[in-house]
Amino acid sequence: MSPPLLGVGEEGPPNNISLLASSSSIDSVCQNNPELKERNYMGLSDCSSEDSSVVTNVSNENKTSLNLKATELRLGLPGSQSPERNPDICLLSSAKLDEKPLFPLHPTNDSHYQLQKNNKRVFSDAMDGFSEGKYLSNSELLSPRPAPNLGLKSGSVLENLGAQPAKTKEPATQKATQERPHAANETRSNQNGSANNTSSAPATKAQVVGWPPIRSFRKNSLATTSKNNDEVDGKAAPGALFVKVSMDGAPYLRKVDLKNYSKYQELSSALEKMFSCFTIGQYGSHGGLGREILSESKLKDLLHGSEFVLTYEDKDGDWMLVGDVPWEMFIDTCKRMRIMKSSDAIGLAPRAMEKCKNRN
Amino acid sequence: MLKRMSYSSFPEDVLEHVFSFVQSDKDRNAISLVCKSWFEIERWCRRRIFVGNCYAVSPRMVIRRFPDVRSVELKGKPHFADFNLVPEGWGGHVYPWIYAMATGYPCLEEIRLKRMVVTDETLELIAKSFKNFKVLVLSSCEGFSTHGLAAIAANCRNLRELDLRESEVEDLSGNWLSHFPDTCTSLVALNIACVGSEVSFSALERLVGRSPCLRTLRLNRAVPLDKLANLLRRAPQLTELGTGAYSSDLRPEALSNLAGAFSGCKELKGMSGFWDVVPAYLPAIYPVCSGLTSLNLSYASIQSPDLIKLVSQCQNLQRLWVLDYIEDSGLEALAASCKDLQELRVFPSEPFGVEPNVSLTEQGLVCVSEGCPKLESVLYFCRRFSNDALVTIARNRPNMTRFRLCIIEPRTPDYLTHQPLDTGFGAIVENCKYLRRLSLSGLLTDLVFEYIGTYAKKLEMLSVAFAGESDLGLHHVLSGCEGLRKLEIRDCPFGDKALLANAAKLETMRSLWMSSCLVSLEACKLLGQKMPRLNVEVIDERGPLDSRPKSFPVEKLYIYRSVAGPRFDMPGFVWNMDEDSALRLS
Repeated sequence: MSPPLLGVGEEGPPNNISLLASSSSIDSVCQNNPELKERNYMGLSDCSSEDSSVVTNVSNENKTSLNLKATELRLGLPGSQSPERNPDICLLSSAKLDEKPLFPLHPTNDSHYQLQKNNKRVFSDAMDGFSEGKYLSNSELLSPRPAPNLGLKSGSVLENLGAQPAKTKEPATQKATQERPHAANETRSNQNGSANNTSSAPATKAQVVGWPPIRSFRKNSLATTSKNNDEVDGKAAPGALFVKVSMDGAPYLRKVDLKNYSKYQELSSALEKMFSCFTIGQYGSHGGLGREILSESKLKDLLHGSEFVLTYEDKDGDWMLVGDVPWEMFIDTCKRMRIMKSSDAIGLAPRAMEKCKNRN
Repeated sequence: MLKRMSYSSFPEDVLEHVFSFVQSDKDRNAISLVCKSWFEIERWCRRRIFVGNCYAVSPRMVIRRFPDVRSVELKGKPHFADFNLVPEGWGGHVYPWIYAMATGYPCLEEIRLKRMVVTDETLELIAKSFKNFKVLVLSSCEGFSTHGLAAIAANCRNLRELDLRESEVEDLSGNWLSHFPDTCTSLVALNIACVGSEVSFSALERLVGRSPCLRTLRLNRAVPLDKLANLLRRAPQLTELGTGAYSSDLRPEALSNLAGAFSGCKELKGMSGFWDVVPAYLPAIYPVCSGLTSLNLSYASIQSPDLIKLVSQCQNLQRLWVLDYIEDSGLEALAASCKDLQELRVFPSEPFGVEPNVSLTEQGLVCVSEGCPKLESVLYFCRRFSNDALVTIARNRPNMTRFRLCIIEPRTPDYLTHQPLDTGFGAIVENCKYLRRLSLSGLLTDLVFEYIGTYAKKLEMLSVAFAGESDLGLHHVLSGCEGLRKLEIRDCPFGDKALLANAAKLETMRSLWMSSCLVSLEACKLLGQKMPRLNVEVIDERGPLDSRPKSFPVEKLYIYRSVAGPRFDMPGFVWNMDEDSALRLS
């Protein structure tokens, strides 16, 4: 079995970071137990101290068989130049005089890594060397700025790959939406605004999934509390409103945050994108769709054509067709949603009409 | 002539008796490594197992090694599932475990699950398979309904604990509580705080009335305040109480009635609940305040003056969870009154507001760190912080073991100097040598990770978001933090290099989560293929993986060590990167 060394250069020690990484962590474990050697008799490791002994054995074996060709996959980005400058080797080799090692290969002493000024210089030099054109310039794209932004999204990264590091851009929400079909569910401008942002002020705060890190239980509790308090004022309660969405025939359900949308159209397209992977499966992944992502329009046809309708369960426990009531009322009353086959949904329409009549 | 003691002739039952005094898993594991006979003896007498990642080992392997277990604790989804970062359907199904244990551990008494998917079918299987079943704790679980609970209530004759901490329960009927037979009198703990709908109150009253051993009772929001007094009178022996909604029409006799009921609870140590608080009713709990060691007011929208009045009476308080309504002034009062305080959690009342709605700043936490010498566990949400404050806190509290700071706006710098908060967090890890858990926030460069890698040697769990500048950051952590078990990262510019260079480290950890970072699919495949004892799972909801270049970053990555190989229950948007899976992808 090839050793757990990835992207290793041809030179001998001390250029094997992964080995060092493992041995430095193992050494400290071993240091604590100079007398005892851990042995794993039964060959069954459990998630505990036994593992470190196993890893030690592996790394000890591998110290002797170090001479790996640098045939490992290059991880340079498409479009990156200079094949002789293999970043993996450059990373690890201290023999190449003009290259500085990116990472310190040995701590200057056993116990503590010295945070001396000269070491820091090594890092920044190496960083500059790397940002010249090899990789996404992390420092440029994500330079620390006090202004809030949306945070790193893969969508924006996709836009910039292969190019020289351009001026930092805000990851455009629209682009992100195109690249990531579920971005609508995740990142968007908070069109309802927060509770404090009632005027038409330009500062709409984009909500990032899972941030701040508060559990759903707590968020929902807070939302209900403030809704109770705000009912008089008629303000929308802040926070998320996750409801489950199931689809007939799909093996698992999804959750959407209803607060992310301000009208049915947005919800509908988000759901279409979200459940497209299931529809692909039914459509037949071996056909023409095999290699391409199902286009939005094709999916819409599939959903709107005849097969499925979107329904929801309201607070009374009744199943209704989505779209009958004003959006605000819908959010208020929707407990969960179900994408069901049109054939199953036939009985719903009359009930919905009746209910509306009773309400009015 | 000296007779040498031969360990193999030491009577087995004596050894077993000695081992029975050893409870900690780590010590038990150490025992099992001494020699073959100790391994054998130990495995037959281990009664409790903890599996931190349900996919790290298979139930069959566990049952084979430990044939007579009475208590099982399992954890499923990664921690970031709490914040909706793990898509529905990801996994964490407990049914295969229960199915295996139904035959493997017929004497099983306790099941504790965290972040797992538990179905009604599973609950029914538990109810009928384990004759002596006593304890069911479902923490942050989901997938079951009140029907499943009814099965547990009806069939587990010796049930002692039913604790549904913050799980998601589908409410199909409030009657499930009535399924506890009249003969069930063994209940010690009942926590139904997360159940949304009303439960049958008369059933609840009768149940409480016939459970003389009941020590913990956590009601749900639907239980009105005017019913609380009656319940308390039936259970004056309670040590932990979670109220329901703490609001009612103001009637003076109701208040005195409630206060009287509370006075009868002389052993009350912990309180929680307090939804929808009407402050006028708070004085009802004054009689028990001086005995309280734990107070969870994190759902209570009480303003600072009322909070101050309350906590000033709780001189023995060790743990306080509260909303940021407490403000700096309230925390000052806390620091003055509660010298035994060990744990403080301050949650945001308006986490999505753009402007601060309360006057809670770094000063509050600094105050508490000065005034409370035993403070060791902190979770603090606020909107601004400074390096100075962090350094002060670090110097005040070198005994800190858990420090989680969440500055609500990502990448917020030091509000005084506009610098990154590297120095501040650096001081935390340098001074707090026993720090086990750390969550970072604010503007942070690679430097903070250098500090962490250098100083945080006892760190076991690190949470990182919107921080760092390059792979160096990740490398510092992976190469420096020797005790690291769980690392979770989101929205950081960490890519392939550090991950691959520290591949071996990953086998010494329970798990690594990276989402919205810069790890390429290629690197994931490489890692998965080279490291057979790691499950490298890519979570990507954008469609088939081969529709994009291999150098493109994956959405989410979850890597965990496992001796069970790739799991069988991965949904369509999760791919395992090992050799066989790689064939499927191409």
